[in-house]
Amino acid sequence: MAATEPFHSPNRPLALYALGFTLFLYAPILFIPLFSFNSGLYARFPLQDFTLAWYAELWTRGPVFAALQNSLQVGLTVAVISTVLAVPAAKALARYRIPGKGPILGFMLLPLVVPGLIFGVALLVLVSRLGIPLSLWTVGLGHIIICLPFAISILLPRFEGANRSLEEASADLGENAWWTFWRVTFPTILPGVMASLLLTFTVSFDEFIIAFFLSGTDPTLPMYIWNQLRFPQSFPSLLALSTLILVVSFGLVLASLRLARLNRDLPGRKTS
Amino acid sequence: MISIQNVSKTFGRVQAVRDVTLDIARGEFFSLLGASGSGKTTLLRMLAGFEGVTSGKIVIDGQPMQDTPPHLRPINMVFQNYAIFPHLNVRDNIAYGLRRLGTPKAEQARMVDAMLEMIALPGYGDRLATQLSGGQMQRVALARALILKPKVLLLDEPLGALDKQLREQMQLELRSLQRQLGITFVLVTHDQEEALTLSDRVAVMSNGQVIQVDTPSGLYDRPVNRQVAAFVGTMNFFDARIRAQGPDTSAEIAGLGRHPVAPSARRDGDRVLVAIRPEGFALSPQPPEGPGPRVAGRLMARQYLGGRQLLHVAVEGRAAPVAVAAVAHRGQDPWEGMEDNPVWLGWSRDAMTVLDAD
Ligand SMILES: Nc1ncnc2c1ncn2[C@@H]1O[C@H](COP(=O)(O)OP(=O)(O)OP(=O)(O)O)[C@@H](O)[C@H]1O
Ligand SMILES: [Mg+2]
Repeated sequence: MAATEPFHSPNRPLALYALGFTLFLYAPILFIPLFSFNSGLYARFPLQDFTLAWYAELWTRGPVFAALQNSLQVGLTVAVISTVLAVPAAKALARYRIPGKGPILGFMLLPLVVPGLIFGVALLVLVSRLGIPLSLWTVGLGHIIICLPFAISILLPRFEGANRSLEEASADLGENAWWTFWRVTFPTILPGVMASLLLTFTVSFDEFIIAFFLSGTDPTLPMYIWNQLRFPQSFPSLLALSTLILVVSFGLVLASLRLARLNRDLPGRKTS
Repeated sequence: MISIQNVSKTFGRVQAVRDVTLDIARGEFFSLLGASGSGKTTLLRMLAGFEGVTSGKIVIDGQPMQDTPPHLRPINMVFQNYAIFPHLNVRDNIAYGLRRLGTPKAEQARMVDAMLEMIALPGYGDRLATQLSGGQMQRVALARALILKPKVLLLDEPLGALDKQLREQMQLELRSLQRQLGITFVLVTHDQEEALTLSDRVAVMSNGQVIQVDTPSGLYDRPVNRQVAAFVGTMNFFDARIRAQGPDTSAEIAGLGRHPVAPSARRDGDRVLVAIRPEGFALSPQPPEGPGPRVAGRLMARQYLGGRQLLHVAVEGRAAPVAVAAVAHRGQDPWEGMEDNPVWLGWSRDAMTVLDAD
């Protein structure tokens, strides 16, 4: 079997490569949870005792909760607004023959690769020229811009995979465009919408540079971490905080990826 | 009921439908028959309103409709892939169109139950639409459209995805449903047998044009050209030349000889095509009695079709053998083992259709 089907036979070197690749990607990150359970003040080997003290200490820091609340506020707002904005954009890109569709799509996805630093500076210049005071709102604005490409690239395949004749059937059964959207289109793209909400929330929640440039007096959680790095004694509890953020972010992104793929091949969806 | 007047549709440089004019009567079962790409779906989608007309008019029940959006037309459609809503159960699929009509919930439930009864799926209401078989989806699509009591029901190859047995069963059901409800049905199909068995009238389409509109027997017996004749059933075509002398018209037919035909506007010497169905011939081992036309030939091959057979008879002056239909009685087939023997072909004047040569 293996001799006749080289494509499906297990490929040991390739599997090892994949394993090494994954380790390389995640090993550095794994030090963070590791040291967050270490009783020593400094992140260095050999490890000392296992402790949950840093997590407990985190609990007593009021500013952490203020920053968390700021991040949640910005993240939720950004997730909702960028997803809501991305739905019609993705629909238009998927449905209508727009001249120059390729370049437009590329342009929309461009912020994915523009360095956050450049965006941050550019937005700071713009915002201060317009005389808008820096606040969590300006942070949200910056985050919406970097989140839109994520939202569109998650929603676009949903629209492209959707069966157009379902919408035609709805129109045929007497529903106008508004009701057809809510009764047929929206339920089919709903997993994509959920995925987009989760992903954009995570991107905003974890984002640092743009927040650094555009925030006023209220720090987001990553900024709080940055500010606290100056104090060696708070380092272990920052590791604890980072561990929590990592776990939540991983969970959200995994959930988002699962949702994005959900029901992609239901019958009644386009197959041809 | 439906009047299609000089309707054309162009997609970029493709002329999908060219200058089609059709009138479909109330309560009629009307079919659009044609090969792939002949414009059937495009014409149907213009009736439903999913495609605008490039030119021409569509009048339904006295109302010009060509500029009315689909959701405002008194028409419902059964889609080729059924387009059942995958996120709704059977009951909600069937009741989908009732929301807009403001039908009370209790009344909706009653109507859906009646529909489930009609499509022989009682008790399936709570199933997810994705848990249905093809035939069941097809019925749900039908019920979803019929619950709105449309004036016209459009069906785009509704049985195309079903296996043969189920397809034949659904054909019977469609026909009796249509009789019972009296709704005008417009069916698109490329299956000539389906069109002939179901329809009151059939429009044969080719290259975006309607070539012939007739009853099924009219199409079979009086095809207007070679294309229609070949599309509907099996047909023998013979090259021929008109010989007209005074009131008598006859045709010099390759392989069959010279025989009188019905007089027409054609003139002496015109090249024509004589078409004769396999059933138009009678085959006998001896020269047939009576005065009708006849010709000697040789039985080349037999093609058993279950209950009947096609006999292929070679005649002089014609390259292809002539196909002749005969019954195939179990155990007493007179043609068994008769290959290579001389036979006689007889036919009547009525069996011959004279078409323009192409
Ligand atoms: N949206 C479209 N854009 C461009 N060309 C189209 C479009 N829809 C149909 N056509 C063309 O119009 C012609 C008729 O197509 P149509 O779908 O009406 O054929 P059909 O008779 O339904 O064929 P089939 O039996 O294969 O379904 C074809 O040449 C097709 O390529
Ligand atoms: Mg078609």
